[in-house]
Amino acid sequence: MTVIDIDHTSRWFGNVVAVNDVTMRIGPGVTGLLGPNGAGKSTLINMMGGFLAPSTGTVTLDGAPIWRNESVYRHIGVVPEREAMYDFLTGREFVVANAELHGLDDAAAQRALATVEMEYAQDRKIATYSKGMRQRVKMASALVHDPSVLLLDEPFNGMDPRQRMQLMDLLRRMGADGRTVLFSSHILEEVEQLASHIEVIVAGRHAASGDFRKIRRLMTDRPHRYLVRSSDDRALAAALIADPSTAGIEVDLKEGALRIQAVDFGRFTQLLPVVAQANGIRLLTVSPSDESLESVFSYLVTA
Amino acid sequence: MYNPTVARLTYRALLGRRRALILFALPALLIAISLAVRLLTGVDDKVAAELLGGFALATMVPLIGVIAGTGAIGPEIDDGSIVYLLAKPVKRPTIIMTKLIVAIAITMAFSAIPTLVAGFILNGNGQSIAIAYMIAALVASVAYSALFLLLGTVSRHAVVFGLVYALIWESLFGSLVDGAKTLSVQQWSLTLAEKVAGEGYVDSAVGMPTAVVLLALVTVGATAYAGQRLRRLTLAGEE
Repeated sequence: MTVIDIDHTSRWFGNVVAVNDVTMRIGPGVTGLLGPNGAGKSTLINMMGGFLAPSTGTVTLDGAPIWRNESVYRHIGVVPEREAMYDFLTGREFVVANAELHGLDDAAAQRALATVEMEYAQDRKIATYSKGMRQRVKMASALVHDPSVLLLDEPFNGMDPRQRMQLMDLLRRMGADGRTVLFSSHILEEVEQLASHIEVIVAGRHAASGDFRKIRRLMTDRPHRYLVRSSDDRALAAALIADPSTAGIEVDLKEGALRIQAVDFGRFTQLLPVVAQANGIRLLTVSPSDESLESVFSYLVTA
Repeated sequence: MYNPTVARLTYRALLGRRRALILFALPALLIAISLAVRLLTGVDDKVAAELLGGFALATMVPLIGVIAGTGAIGPEIDDGSIVYLLAKPVKRPTIIMTKLIVAIAITMAFSAIPTLVAGFILNGNGQSIAIAYMIAALVASVAYSALFLLLGTVSRHAVVFGLVYALIWESLFGSLVDGAKTLSVQQWSLTLAEKVAGEGYVDSAVGMPTAVVLLALVTVGATAYAGQRLRRLTLAGEE
């Protein structure tokens, strides 16, 4: 069993705190590291990959510190987000070089290329590869030494749906084999499809951890804010506030609209058109005002 | 302290990039000038020494040193592809030593050999001038490679700083200010050339013991520090 432990770890760059007192444990299976762009996901992955020293706290692999410990790379495979990767080599030459650096032979490289189904283009220069092909060759280079831990930073970026499905299948298989697979993403649906366990990072802080379904429910059940314009705002407000699905309504005179806070998402969305019709009110605008991923994540921090 | 895979990647990166054209262009220019001089003025030991000292050793060797030394590691750090070397169970000082050996080999190949050839074209190695300057170029290649490899690990603008050192400090200040000559790779390497060439053809401003000590100090110190820098190198990621 291979476990990465992040213990009260912070990392700052000058005055900017990228990761703030995070404690989490990543074990075997597929774990999704979810958070909006700039939340600190890459910084965390870089610390887990040994490319960045924690400012405070520790990051260990089965108890051994990862920073400045070259020997842990025998157990870790890293797929970085960055595109740059020795474009002047062919895919095969690149993966063979990665195998050699682990003290392995061509056969290991060939196996890794077969795993990611890149044999057909292995003799082409990397410079000619599409983004998805680059991603798969990066995967092959990370898998060449059969690592027990696989860290992937935004692996689905720029992939078409077919490539995405292939990579998801591959990662699922690796998780089922008992490897510790961690991938970061800022897209909820990606994480939902692949990981049952997720860690949520928002503004450098560890916002939530656990089973995806529980966290998803928490996200859906949060108070929703709507901006509503109608033919009679005050009458609509009076009718809605009587129902327990609505926690508060503000008449925004400047905007000429109602700002409604709903506490029961499902019930409110059914109630609104029914109430409007019953009172003879025409709905002109109904728009959610806090559906951005950032606001969903921010809610989780306080939940 | 040497990894053949790192060496292969470094050598291919150096000779595969566009700026490697300068590696071929400078020696070609030296040979072309030497041929023209030989055809126009015939054999002249003084002219041969001046061309090899003024162009080959003062300009070509440091420029090739800048390209090979900084190019051996700088672009990989800049674009982040160094991650594929750092994420391996290979000691970071080994990565630096290997890259240094490749940079030295390339600098020597593209500067010392053309210097020797140019010397033979100019005066058929009269007064041992060709051999003397080739030895100076070989010695300078080691120190320049170490110095510029270190620059490649500490700065994104390593090429600019390298050029400033090679062209402004060594060529300009080195020829005008006596004190600057003491801190010049070019002058240290000339000390060795002075011993080989005939009397009066090569002048160095530094004594042999000083030159040897400073050459060793710069080469070993720069390499050790570059190894430390790479151990401390952190990747901040895209955020």
